[in-house]
Amino acid sequence: MSRPDIATLAVGDVIGTRTVTFDRANLVRYAGASGDFNPIHWNDKFAESVDLPSVIAHGMLTMGSVVGLVSDWAGDPGAVVDYQARFTKPVEVPNPGAASIDVTGTVGAIDTEAGTVRVDLAVTVDGAKVLGRTQVLVRL
Amino acid sequence: MANADFEGRVYPANASYSVGREKIREFASAVGATHPAHHDLVAARGSGYPDLVAPPTFAVVVAQRAESQYISDPAADVDFSRVVHADERFTHHRPIVAGDELTTVLHVDRIVSRGAISMVTTRCEIFALPTGIEEPVGDAETPGEPVATVTSTLAIRGEDA
Repeated sequence: MSRPDIATLAVGDVIGTRTVTFDRANLVRYAGASGDFNPIHWNDKFAESVDLPSVIAHGMLTMGSVVGLVSDWAGDPGAVVDYQARFTKPVEVPNPGAASIDVTGTVGAIDTEAGTVRVDLAVTVDGAKVLGRTQVLVRL
Repeated sequence: MANADFEGRVYPANASYSVGREKIREFASAVGATHPAHHDLVAARGSGYPDLVAPPTFAVVVAQRAESQYISDPAADVDFSRVVHADERFTHHRPIVAGDELTTVLHVDRIVSRGAISMVTTRCEIFALPTGIEEPVGDAETPGEPVATVTSTLAIRGEDA
């Protein structure tokens, strides 16, 4: 896969956009793969009993999925050296149906000496932010 | 309310986690990571990795095992059913690859309670053990080669929050 040339990048450049969708099967699959079996991610009655609107996606599923926009752009998943996010709003996952998450990546900072670029992700559901301060540092 | 006495606690390096190829493939598929370096050994080696490379958030699997030492301790007063994840950060000192034998030193950095909500920040320092060794080497807080630092904040909502 080709890799971006740091010399041609500018702060504010949009590296790409993507939409990821989660249905209940995606949540069960992530629970198994990650070992996070908290029932708020698969049991509606349990979620309601702890005052959540319904089953919600693992914050780490959202965080783990949206970073694909950046690692695919960088051309190397090992290029991600630092990645942080705040979980600002739970992602409700309907049954039946799916939650749809929109991701836009923008160049936030460039360090040519270190060879690193910080990509800031805007992560929204129906226009409402679900992740905050989502920053991915990649070494190009 | 989380027990503030746990702030500053450092746990000994835990039993090591063996990073397997199928686990990397399974985790990559669960987060929609389709890059061949997660799935195809020839492609991973062609990209300069010794084996399949883990996706950027895979370290959470290793970190959550270590965090459970604290969270599942009844004396810590962390009601897991009322926990909501507040933030997470991964700093990779080098990529995690299949074949890594990882041990984690868990630090409970901060416990703050306001009203009915407690915020707990933990830090997992993840180290790779040398090949063929499954027990910690080096000193207590640096038992191997630094691989990743995972910082996580949990919000624990009280019954009336």
